[in-house]
Amino acid sequence: MEEKKVYTVSVYTENNIGILNRLSAIFLKRHINIESMTVSESEIDHVHRFTFVVIVTETLIRKVVLQLEKQIEVIGAFFHTEDEIIYHETALFKISTEYLYDEHIQNKLKFRRAHIIAITERYFVIEASGLKEDIDNMYQKLKPYKLLQFVRSGRIAISRPRMDISEVLKEISPLAPEGGINNG
Amino acid sequence: METLKKEVQETAAIKSVKMTGAEAVIRCLLEEGSTLAYGYPGGAIMPVYDELYKYRDQFHHVLSRHEQGAIHSAQGFARVTGKVGVVFATSGPGATNLVTGIADAQIDSTPLICITGQVGSHLLGSDAFQETDIIGISTPVTKWNYQITKASEIPEVFAKAFYIAKSGRPGPVLIDITKDAQFGELDFSYNKCVKVRSYKAIPKLNIEKVKEAAEIINGAKKPFIVWGQGVIIGSAEQEFKNFIEKTGIPSACTGLGLSALETDHPLHVGMVGMHGNYAPNVLTNQCDVLIAIGMRFDDRVTGNLNTYAKQAKIIHFEIDPSEVDKNVKTDVAVLGTVKESLVEIIQFVNKANHQEWMKEFHKLYEIEKEVVINEQLNPTKEGLTMSEVLAGINKETKGEAVIVSDVGQHQMIAWRYAKFTKTRSNITSGGLGTMGFALPAAIGAKMGAPDREVIAIIGDGGYQMTIQELGTILQTKAAVKIVVLNNSFLGMVRQWQELFFDRRYASTVMTNPDFVKIAEGYGISANRVSKREDLASAIKTMIASKESYFLEVVIEPESNVFPMIPTGASVSDIRLS
Repeated sequence: MEEKKVYTVSVYTENNIGILNRLSAIFLKRHINIESMTVSESEIDHVHRFTFVVIVTETLIRKVVLQLEKQIEVIGAFFHTEDEIIYHETALFKISTEYLYDEHIQNKLKFRRAHIIAITERYFVIEASGLKEDIDNMYQKLKPYKLLQFVRSGRIAISRPRMDISEVLKEISPLAPEGGINNG
Repeated sequence: METLKKEVQETAAIKSVKMTGAEAVIRCLLEEGSTLAYGYPGGAIMPVYDELYKYRDQFHHVLSRHEQGAIHSAQGFARVTGKVGVVFATSGPGATNLVTGIADAQIDSTPLICITGQVGSHLLGSDAFQETDIIGISTPVTKWNYQITKASEIPEVFAKAFYIAKSGRPGPVLIDITKDAQFGELDFSYNKCVKVRSYKAIPKLNIEKVKEAAEIINGAKKPFIVWGQGVIIGSAEQEFKNFIEKTGIPSACTGLGLSALETDHPLHVGMVGMHGNYAPNVLTNQCDVLIAIGMRFDDRVTGNLNTYAKQAKIIHFEIDPSEVDKNVKTDVAVLGTVKESLVEIIQFVNKANHQEWMKEFHKLYEIEKEVVINEQLNPTKEGLTMSEVLAGINKETKGEAVIVSDVGQHQMIAWRYAKFTKTRSNITSGGLGTMGFALPAAIGAKMGAPDREVIAIIGDGGYQMTIQELGTILQTKAAVKIVVLNNSFLGMVRQWQELFFDRRYASTVMTNPDFVKIAEGYGISANRVSKREDLASAIKTMIASKESYFLEVVIEPESNVFPMIPTGASVSDIRLS
């Protein structure tokens, strides 16, 4: 059996309504769970970037990426293993103010990319960022303090190898979009 | 049937004209040379239907009896002509009734434009009357879809839709238009779309890959070609023939590849797949080079992938990069159109013939003939076989008819025994296996090829799934010939029950109505045959009819289609009985 690995899939698309549905349908039809997902603008004007994290075999991810790329409004799709990317996740922890002066909490915030971003009478909020494991660690450490709320972002990732997305765009259309929908 | 205008003049730079969105829809279709659509009206598409009425001298709308019928007719039209089929439906149930046909067109790469009405944009998402999220529903089964909420978007979206539907690997596009966008006004001008920046219709041909493929082919001792519908979609029939004739390679087709090469061509060694021919299936696992042309290694073609052509080098000519290595790992993939690729490779391949290797195919054909075909065509049993009906049709039409088959045993028999002399003559639901496809698809095929004989071959099960389309025949006078092969069973499921479920015939026995009376009720001349001695003359009468004609043939109820590759078995383990 081929080994499953964590893959970060970056998909560059037109900024149109409904694309998320179209992309998630490709994962759905292959019965793949999406571990995390982030959508944002990209380095190219009017081009959006989806970042999916999935755990699958290499054979499967190759097929999935080709099927993603086949979608009309997808400009390019790429996949990378963990050591091919630099990535980050962010988490927010809401904790009762009674723990604010707890030494242990203060210690836990030291030496980590974590800091308090809001304090009120009733609660305070810690923001932490880092690798998935860093957030997992922080979560385990803060869990005993009765988390009022906890939320973490999807992964954002930059690939170490070049992604030739701008070249793809240039190759497809040396000029402005022709016959394409005006995305506004 | 009214004469369908085929030619539309290319208008030079059109001046911008003020009109409603609804009128713009019709104008867009006319600009694209489309003058025929199938559909069914309803509340949310009424403004467009009002324009269809006004444009009735220029644009022909066929009122089907169900939206599923409409879309299958559009598919039949598209498949027989290679043009884009057009369908109209209203919102809600009208739109959802299209879904089966859209999925069918997606998997069989049929170019369609499906236009659905939608509730007013102010009502979107409010669960309004006949509102359904058809964009969400159709996303996984369309090549592209788009919801128009402003009249001004119409020309650009339609231009893009036509381009996407017909370019590259074709497929269905759905355009959902809110009612206010149909009523709204716009300054209409139309420019055909030639490019969509995020979409690469055709991959650039890599000449190095072509040379690599040619080198492997030139070194092959037992090369074998399997071609698919890509040869037909890419209009590469002649290039394909040139290629096989130069290389002398035995060639078999997939179900959808049928009719790209005339059945009697000496290099045509039959059909691969679950109910394909014995020789090409068995020899798939003996060839040294397998050349796949415009086909996608469907599981019904390959059987068990772990034992499929493992000994062979695989060359795959393909337009869609996502098909390469999807099911079968290739040694060389040549991406591009079949036509361009074959034009290039023919310069690099040596003239050859493979007579010894060809003899293997002939030898195995003789076995299939002795064990299966002879008994099918000259049965010793009293009951009629489906195969002798097909043989009778071949004789009468000289293989020049368009054969539109439904799904099931009769379909496999039609694929196996129908003789083809012209391309685009096998119209069928391949990938999706949609029962109910044939009757409406035959209507579309007849309208697309009015000068050709169009014969629908349907089982008694599938016939009753879209039997209402007899009403469309009554109204349009489409001269479709309908042959129902009636074995009073859902035959293919019954065959599987017999072979794999110990003859427990769960819900496969059919109590059928008087099909002749039903046809006659729709004004269609009809006949029923149950004796061998009446068959030939009944087929003759049917073919001679200038109008639509219905022929029911009562078939031996419990007969099976062989050869057969049981699910999960290897192609070389194909069973003859």
